Amino acid sequence: MKRFLLFLPLLVAVVIGVVLFAGIGKDPTKLESALVGKPVPEFRLRDLHNPDAMLDQSLFRGEVTLLNVWGTWCPACRDEHDDLMWLAEEKGVAIIGLNYKDNREDALVWLDRLGDPYRKTIYDPKGTLGFDLGVYGAPETFVIDADGVVRYRHVGVINETVWEQTLLPVINDVRGNG
Amino acid sequence: MYPELGQLALILALLLAVLLSVVPLAGSLTGRDNLQAFARPLASGQFVFVGLAFAVLTHAFVTDDFSVAYVANNSNSMLPWYFKFSAVWGGHEGSLLLWILMLSGWTLAVAIFSRRLPSVMISQVLSVLGMVSVGFLLFIVITSNPFDRLLPNVPADGADLNPLLQDLGLIIHPPMLYMGYVGFAVAFAFAIAALINGRLDAAWARWSRPWTTVAWAFLSLGIALGSWWAYYELGWGGWWFWDPVENASLLPWLSGTALMHSLAVTEKRGVFKSWTVLLAIVTFSLSLLGTFLVRSGVLTSVHAFASDPERGTFLLALLAFTVIASLALYAFRAPVVHVRSRYGSLSREVFLLLNNVLLVSATLLVAVGTLYPLVLDYLDMGKLSIGEPFFNLTFSPLALATAMLMGAGIFSRWKKTDGGWLGRKLLWPLAVSVVVSSAVVIGYGGFKPWAFLGVFAAVWVTVATLWDLWDKSSSRKGRIHGLKRQSRSYYGMVLGHLGLAITMAGATVVSNYGIERDVRMVPGDVATVGDYQFVFKDIGARNGANFTAQYGSFDVMLDGERVSELHPEKRQYSVGMSVMTEADIDAGLFRDIFVAIGERISDDAWAIRLQYKPLVRWLWLGALFMAAGGFLAIADRRYRIRERADEKESTGTSDTDAPPARPAGAVS
Amino acid sequence: MIRIAFMALVVLLAGPAIAQVADVYEFDSRAQEQRYQNLIAELRCPKCQNQNIADSNAPISKDMRAEVYRMMKDGASNEAIVEALVARFGEFVRYKPEFDSRTFLLWATPALAVLGGLLVVTVVVVRSRRDGPDAPALSKEEKARVDEMLAGGDQDRPS
Repeated sequence: MKRFLLFLPLLVAVVIGVVLFAGIGKDPTKLESALVGKPVPEFRLRDLHNPDAMLDQSLFRGEVTLLNVWGTWCPACRDEHDDLMWLAEEKGVAIIGLNYKDNREDALVWLDRLGDPYRKTIYDPKGTLGFDLGVYGAPETFVIDADGVVRYRHVGVINETVWEQTLLPVINDVRGNG
Repeated sequence: MYPELGQLALILALLLAVLLSVVPLAGSLTGRDNLQAFARPLASGQFVFVGLAFAVLTHAFVTDDFSVAYVANNSNSMLPWYFKFSAVWGGHEGSLLLWILMLSGWTLAVAIFSRRLPSVMISQVLSVLGMVSVGFLLFIVITSNPFDRLLPNVPADGADLNPLLQDLGLIIHPPMLYMGYVGFAVAFAFAIAALINGRLDAAWARWSRPWTTVAWAFLSLGIALGSWWAYYELGWGGWWFWDPVENASLLPWLSGTALMHSLAVTEKRGVFKSWTVLLAIVTFSLSLLGTFLVRSGVLTSVHAFASDPERGTFLLALLAFTVIASLALYAFRAPVVHVRSRYGSLSREVFLLLNNVLLVSATLLVAVGTLYPLVLDYLDMGKLSIGEPFFNLTFSPLALATAMLMGAGIFSRWKKTDGGWLGRKLLWPLAVSVVVSSAVVIGYGGFKPWAFLGVFAAVWVTVATLWDLWDKSSSRKGRIHGLKRQSRSYYGMVLGHLGLAITMAGATVVSNYGIERDVRMVPGDVATVGDYQFVFKDIGARNGANFTAQYGSFDVMLDGERVSELHPEKRQYSVGMSVMTEADIDAGLFRDIFVAIGERISDDAWAIRLQYKPLVRWLWLGALFMAAGGFLAIADRRYRIRERADEKESTGTSDTDAPPARPAGAVS
Repeated sequence: MIRIAFMALVVLLAGPAIAQVADVYEFDSRAQEQRYQNLIAELRCPKCQNQNIADSNAPISKDMRAEVYRMMKDGASNEAIVEALVARFGEFVRYKPEFDSRTFLLWATPALAVLGGLLVVTVVVVRSRRDGPDAPALSKEEKARVDEMLAGGDQDRPS
């Protein structure tokens, strides 16, 4: 019995070793969203292109959409923009843009120059919707189902790999379950 | 000097370390003295070559050799010379080299200061230290070479040392800390050697003890320096954040404290041997764990060095191999034979055992709190944060309990302490503690339960310690004679315990009665913090060696009189353009007054952080006492063996036998 | 490799962020100010490398502080404020983990460790009582070994 007890520290060390090994290479800054399974928060914000039009959460009903949070001040958003254009045009993905903490003119110039992948773009200069969504750093992209419920959040740029390996499976899953 | 020389030196050191790991050990297992005799020269050789590598790297920094990548990343020609020197350990590769330098230094020290130890023992100890060196030298040579070059595109100038590190703190904190971390390798080596040769006895404990104590003293200093540095440098007036890297340094300290006390029991009474050996292994393992956590990126921390999966994996492999091999050796070879010894339920043995229970529980708590988020993430159970509120809530009761135990335990005697006698002894400490704590707590601003308990515990320890000193120093030949007669080891303990009491008092008072305010001020405004008024006089500009600064002037008034003039700054460093806040602090033994400039809110308004920190310096003063106690203890007569032998001849007595007049529990 | 080195450089240079006071709020009383300071010290910045929102300069920290202040002014309790932020950013922003099935082991660790230790101490003391002065100093086997050793010379002399 005593001899068995002496093996306990060894056992504990092995377990800790396994856990530590699994932790190497993981990015600790990617957090899961607290909104998964909850509907998109209520909001009333202006359309970026049409300042007189108001948009609200009903925007997300009817089909599965991606909600992409971006700003002209964010270099990574510039990186992923071409991939978003590809998704919208080649893949026919419905993307709604959330222009987060930005300037309307700058944003319009940007979309004009680089192309507009978004069905609609919400203008959120104060970041209130972003805050309610739990956005902590652009770019972020949410997968929202046809009932307006958040199903997944991706932190960071979107590229072909992310699309194939992360977002597409989620979307298929969501569509499959209705 | 060519940096490649440094690389070569490291490879040579590695070769010597390999020889050191193998040859003396083989000699000890086969009884061949000539092989064992290689231990000391190999240890010296290893130190020489590591020292050479370190010197080459330092030279590269001091001469602005930006062809060396590490120098280019961490230095700049405009950096003051003393920061160029300390920038050597400002990044991953260099600090690792410092680690290895310390390790070879300790190895050499063990080789030098152990002439009286049996050759078999010392060969094995040095071999084990050699093995540890091999691991780290492999790591640095293969994955973290500080001498990598940027040829042929040598940058014109370096990227500069992180401004946060351009501070006195960087010059002393890492070296002290590493002296402690690495120093526990010696206790570890003694433990492994004892497991290998089966000689696990009181003599082993006696040899291990001074090495453990001095490593512990350095680690105490290192941690205190880190806390002090964060306090004045980071601008938020905090002194401990329970950040994973901070916890990584606290873990071996807690475990090392338990080890120190456990060694005392094993040395004096020959019991708890298996447990002490385990503690020695665990303490060094925790040092290694800390080294891994800081450099692997596995846990998020403001302190972390650059993380790289390849390095992380290598380091983990090194750590895993060392820990698993040692614990396996322990599981197979630790003695299970129960040493027959009788001790009463209030004996010193039991008190020290309880001390170990509390310290090990604290170690477990901090370890679990630090690693739990990792475990949950591994099990895909979400990302959790465990921070200050959790640790403060759970650690404080353990700290309080330890202090209460310390106060009572100091009167305890080996083998048996009379309960009634002990109870009566504790009446005075109890009474004084209640009175003083009440006075302090009310004096600082009102009764708070945690504040009262914390101060009570600190006073309890102080009174008990001094009372015990008073008791032991009573002598027919007068008090002075009685005081002189106590051993340095005993005074070391007194200082160490008083140090802890001082730190506890400081932590309690500053946490409960400190005041912090963030206010908007324009020049001319007056803000109130506690009893002090802060007058914002003006703000101007000034130039420093490698920065420009906004320079503010504040008058601090108390009861209408000016007590201090403070000049906080916001600096912008020329290279890298980073902005840093330099708080100005009016430091006092009983309080600090702290002013830091924040953001500019409008053309003439600034956000200013004002703080009143009572007794904050006691935190670090206590640590100084603790370290002093440690250093004093190892200067004890019984470690100066030659003197003891002489004394034996002339007086016919040995100092380890207590003279009949003194109580049995006198020598700690 | 270059990219890793570059990232390493960025991380090294980024280093610990200095706490700079960036927004200043008005409070009705010292107690309220203290309550605000305590709250923001207990919430974690989701973006930073382990900082609370009191010490962090990140824009998201600023937004979170503003929300804490707003809700406090509206009369919300501490729990409500923390819950509101957790609902948006996840459990991650709570520095004091909730006590639930996931964290039970965590919170129970100190108690379990101390109780376990006390159990061990009790066993040790009881066992030592058994080895009291009534028990023989050496067992028969041990006595035989001692006699043998004394007769055969000391083999344990250190070399």
